[in-house]
Amino acid sequence: MAVPKVRVSMPAEAVRGDIIQIKTLIRHIMETGYRVDSVGRNIPRHIVTAMRVTYAGAKIFAMDFTQGVAANPFVAFHTRAVESGDVVFTWTDSKGVVETVTKTIIVT
Amino acid sequence: MRTAIQTLALVLWAAGAAAEPLPSGSAFLSDEMRARQADDAANPGMLWVAEGAAMWRAKAGPAAAACADCHGDAGKSMRGVAARYPAVDAASGKLLNLAGRINRCRTRNQKAEAFAYESDELLALTAFVARQSKGLPMQVAVDGAAKPYFERGKAFFHRRRGQLNLACAHCHDKNAGKPLRGDVISHGLPNGYPAYRLTWQSLGSLHRRLRSCSFGLRATRHDFGSDEYLALELYLARRAKGVAMETPAIRP
Repeated sequence: MAVPKVRVSMPAEAVRGDIIQIKTLIRHIMETGYRVDSVGRNIPRHIVTAMRVTYAGAKIFAMDFTQGVAANPFVAFHTRAVESGDVVFTWTDSKGVVETVTKTIIVT
Repeated sequence: MRTAIQTLALVLWAAGAAAEPLPSGSAFLSDEMRARQADDAANPGMLWVAEGAAMWRAKAGPAAAACADCHGDAGKSMRGVAARYPAVDAASGKLLNLAGRINRCRTRNQKAEAFAYESDELLALTAFVARQSKGLPMQVAVDGAAKPYFERGKAFFHRRRGQLNLACAHCHDKNAGKPLRGDVISHGLPNGYPAYRLTWQSLGSLHRRLRSCSFGLRATRHDFGSDEYLALELYLARRAKGVAMETPAIRP
């Protein structure tokens, strides 16, 4: 069973030139690396390090995360609808796990 | 000495207070957090609800049955169910909350192993089922077979406990709406659980919240799913009569 790790909300259709909002939620523990467990051992850092978004092949959003970001980060941004195409979201975490989501937008 | 008019006003106020639902915990949130709770695209609890939706359709256990095989579309079959829980299970005569009912269905009908309390799986499925009752008023039965549990929960709510020697009622009845450190004391209603608590940075059950409360009072922390907390959950649900369900809520 595939557990959804991310949720991406954006309009499926838009009029050319419209400003659209894209909202993303990522399920991640965002362990800071500063905490210790019950016997005093360091809990290793485990965070999302980067989020990249391309729209019809062009980079439209890039964000680097630090240990200061809370668990299950919510990221929202705006972009202009220019053409129909795929919006590809990629998250990378500090263990090298890559999560990719593709959404299609139809621009008229 | 109290005049007749004062007495009448007091009686009317008491009658009104009894009929009016208490304010939900979200009434004490900041505007930003309330907006985030209301927006499915921004509410982090929806990550668990989405997982629960996938589990609803997935076959589990030796019976290879999915929840959906019997219950069909959760939007129809589960609408309003969470607002009636906890409820007494007719077969065993025991009080079950929603998580307990899901586990009972799992072991009895799917022949699968019960989920551990507070596991992501149980939280996800519980949140998904409770989500189907969003906006509906809480309405639990406290008569008949549920009455002894209700009385026990009521006694728990009003009994002093812990080194701080406080009952639930001292904060959540007498001082609700007043500040406590950086927070405002709510009425302690369960209408948003499982809820995403910012302190936890995760979704958590009502029993986890009750354990935090007990810890704060330096009182005994009862087990997840214990009889004490189940009875208290029923009493809290009765207190929340008429309050709209908000699962998955955001709480501080």
